[in-house]
Amino acid sequence: MEELANLFHGFAVALQPYNMMLMIIGITLGVIIGVLPGLGGANGVAILLPLTFSMPPTSAIIMLSCIYWGALFGGAITSILFNIPGEPWSVATTFDGYPMAQQGKPGEALTAAFTSSFVGALFAVIMITLVAPLVAGFALRFGPAEKFAVYFLAFCSFVGLSKEPPFKTIAAMMMGFALAAVGLDSITGQLRLTFGVTELLNGFDFLIAVIGLFGIGEILLTMEEGLAFRGGNATINLRVVLQTWRELPAYWMTSLRSCLIGCWMGVTPAGATPASFMSYGIAKRLARRGNNFGKGEIEGVIAPETAAHAAGTSALLPMLSLGVPGSPTAAVLLGGLLIWGLQPGPMLFVEQKEFVWGLIASMYLGNLAGLIVVLTCVPIFAAILRVPFGIIAPLILVLCAIGAYSVHNSTFDVMLMLVFGVLGYLLKKCNYPLAPLVLAIVLGDKAEEAFRQSLLGSQGSLGVFFSNGLVSTIMALGLVALFWSAIQEGYSRLRTSMV
Amino acid sequence: MRPFVLNVALAAIAMSCANSTASRAAWEPVRPVEFIVPAGTGGGADQMARTIQGIVTKHSLMKQPLVVINKAGGAGGEGFLDVKTSSGNPHKIIITLSNLFTTPLATGIPFNWKDLTPVAMLALDEFVLWVNAEKPYNTVKDYVDAVKKAPSGSFKMGGTGSKQEDQIITVGIEKAIDAKFTYIPYKGGGEVAVQLVGNHVDSTVNNPIEAVAQWRGGKLRPLCVFDAQPMAYDEPIADGKAWKDIPTCKSQGLAMEYLMLRGIFMSPKATKDQIEYYVELFKKVRATPEWQDFMKSGAFNTTFLTGAEYAKWVEAEEKRHEGLMKEAGFLASGN
Repeated sequence: MEELANLFHGFAVALQPYNMMLMIIGITLGVIIGVLPGLGGANGVAILLPLTFSMPPTSAIIMLSCIYWGALFGGAITSILFNIPGEPWSVATTFDGYPMAQQGKPGEALTAAFTSSFVGALFAVIMITLVAPLVAGFALRFGPAEKFAVYFLAFCSFVGLSKEPPFKTIAAMMMGFALAAVGLDSITGQLRLTFGVTELLNGFDFLIAVIGLFGIGEILLTMEEGLAFRGGNATINLRVVLQTWRELPAYWMTSLRSCLIGCWMGVTPAGATPASFMSYGIAKRLARRGNNFGKGEIEGVIAPETAAHAAGTSALLPMLSLGVPGSPTAAVLLGGLLIWGLQPGPMLFVEQKEFVWGLIASMYLGNLAGLIVVLTCVPIFAAILRVPFGIIAPLILVLCAIGAYSVHNSTFDVMLMLVFGVLGYLLKKCNYPLAPLVLAIVLGDKAEEAFRQSLLGSQGSLGVFFSNGLVSTIMALGLVALFWSAIQEGYSRLRTSMV
Repeated sequence: MRPFVLNVALAAIAMSCANSTASRAAWEPVRPVEFIVPAGTGGGADQMARTIQGIVTKHSLMKQPLVVINKAGGAGGEGFLDVKTSSGNPHKIIITLSNLFTTPLATGIPFNWKDLTPVAMLALDEFVLWVNAEKPYNTVKDYVDAVKKAPSGSFKMGGTGSKQEDQIITVGIEKAIDAKFTYIPYKGGGEVAVQLVGNHVDSTVNNPIEAVAQWRGGKLRPLCVFDAQPMAYDEPIADGKAWKDIPTCKSQGLAMEYLMLRGIFMSPKATKDQIEYYVELFKKVRATPEWQDFMKSGAFNTTFLTGAEYAKWVEAEEKRHEGLMKEAGFLASGN
C-alpha cells in the first residue's frame, strides 16, 4: 500500500506545529467567512491568496483549504438560524433546518448539519485517498452532453419529487430561468435582457437573490406574524450535541446515499450545489417520513449537508489531477497552485508527493478540527435566537445589506436585494415554492450553456443526449425522477386492476 | 466579488510590518489602490493580478495596499466601465486582456480603450494549436489535411468565451486554410484543455499555461504557436521537447498570428507623475525572481512597453481586432 505510506508521510507534514497553527487559523477564518452571507469561501480564499505567497506551498494550501472547510461548515449556521444561506449549497439546508430552529431545536439542527458535513467530507477524503487515480479519469468522460444530463437530473429530481402543486413549481422555476438569462450570453457573446442598464451586465447574482428572497422575505413574514422569533426556548448546552448524536446513526442510509451523490457530483465536476439539491430531493422521496420534509425533519438537514460536503471535498480531486476546478473555491485554489509554481495535472501526484499527501492529510485533520471548533460553539450560536426580535432583526438586515454589497461592491445590489425580499414575501404569501426558483437561478445558465454546447457539437441533433451509455443512463434517471409520481400511481393502479 | 473593506484590512495588516522602499517619484498613492480584474477569479488575468499583488506585498514595493477586485460582468465590460467612470482617481488600475477590444466591439457597450490612460504592457500571452496526443496529427500539415478532408463543420474547435480571442483565432485559421470549424465556447481555459483530453473537441488554441499540465502528462500535443517567432523558453517540458521547439504556425503554412495583451491601464485624466509612479512600480515587479518564474511557467512573451510606444501598439491592435471581427461578423449592430 504505497498510498498509505504516502498518507502517513502526509500526516507528518500536516502535524508540524506551524502547519497545525495555520490549520486552526484557517478553520476559524473560514467559519467567520461562511457565516457572513455574500462573502463566500471563494472570496475569502482569493483575498488571502497573496498573503500566502511567502509560505511554503504545502503550508499555504493547508491554510487555504482549511478556510474552505471552515466556510463549508459556517454556511450552515445562518441557514439554520435565520433562513439566510451564506453559500449556494446551503440553500437546501434551510428547508428543514430553519423550521427546526423555529420549533426550538436549533441545537439539534446545527449538530446534525455539522456532523453530516464531517461525515460527507470524511467519506470523500477516504475516496480520494484510495481511488484517486481511478476516479480522476472518470471526469474526462464528461463532455457538455453529460454535464447537461446531470443538471437535467438535478432539476427533474426536484420537480418530480416536489409536494407543491406542479404548476406553481414550474412557474417558480421558469421565473428563475428568466432571471438567470439576464447578462452576457456565453455562447453568442451578446448581452441579453440588460436594456442598456450597466448594472445588469452581471446578471442577477444568485447570492443577492437568495439573501433577499430568504433573509429579507423571512423578516417581512415574521414582522407580519407579530414580531416574535419562535426559537426563543432553545435549549442551550452541550448535552444537545450528544443527544443528537445518539439519533443520527438511524439515518445511515440517507447519509450513505448522500455521500455517494456528493462524491459523484464533486468529481464530475458539477459541484456542491446540484449535489445538495439532488440529495435533498431524493431523500424526501425515499425517507420514511418524507411527507414531513420542509416542516423540520432532521433527515432534511442531514441529506443536503452530507452531499454538499462530500461534493465540496471531492471537487479538489479533479482540480489536482486534471486542473479543472469542481467549485468556485477550487478555481481560486487552482490559481494559487500556479502562483506557487505548481502545475496541477496528471504529473502533480508523481512529482509533488509531499504537497499532495500533505494536503490530503490536512483534509482529515482540518475537518476534524473544524468539527470540534463548530460543535463547541453550538450553544453560543443557538443562544443568538434568544435575543429579542426587535434587536436581532435590524442586525440581520444590516448583515444582509453588507453581504449583498460585498458580492460586487455595488449599492445597486443592495436595492436589488430589497426588491427580491418583497418578491420573496409575495411568493410565500401566494404559496409559490422558492426552492425551484433558486435552483433555476443557480443552475439555469449552466444548464443552458451545456445544452447549447452539446447541440453545437452535434450540429443540432438531440440524439447527442442518448449517444452513449453514460449520458443515456443519466438522462433516463432524470426522466424517471420527473415522472416518478405518475409511474408509482400507474403501478399501483395496475396492481389493483390485476387483483 | 471582492469585499473591499475586509480586503483592505487584511492587506493593511500585511503591509504594516513592511519597511517600505517605495519609489522616490513625485506622486505616491495616499489610499489603497484598487487593482481591477475584468474577468472572474481563477482565470489568467486574475492569476497575474494576484501574483503581482503577492510580489508587491512580499517585496514591500508599495506603501499603500494593492487590492485586487474582480469585475467580470458582461465579458469584463463591468470592469472597464467602472474605471472609465472613475475619472481623475489615481487609485484605480486595471489589467486587461483582449476583451479590452473585443467586448466593446461585440456587445456595443459605451467603452473604448482611449477612455483610459495606458500605463504599461507587462507581457503578451501566446496561443498554441493543441490536439489530443492519441490523434495521428503530428504536424500542422497532417492536421490541416484532416480538417479539409472532414465534412465542413464537423471538426470541433474548443475555446474560451464567445467572440473573443480564441474564436477570432479560429476564424483566422478557417480563412487561412479555407475550411470550416464548429466553434464551441467554454467558460475557462483549463476546462477547454480537459475537454480536448476527453476527446469532446478536436483541437484548441489554449494558452501555454492552460494546457502545459496535460502536455507534460502526455495527453496533448502542441502543433504550432501563433507568433512571429518561436517562444524563448528552452527547458524541456515533455518528451525532451521545450516551448522553443514548437514551430510557428506561419512556418508550417498556417498564416495566422495572434498575441494577447496583458497590460495595465489606469483611470482617465491621470497626471504624468501618477503614470510614472505605476511604470516604476511595474518595472520593479518585473525584476523580481517570482515574476520571472511566473513568465517561464506560462511561456509568456515578455515584451515590455510604456508611454507613446505602448499606446501606438494598442491602437494598431485595436484596428486589427476591428478588421478581424468585422470579417468574422462579430460586431454588435450599431458599431
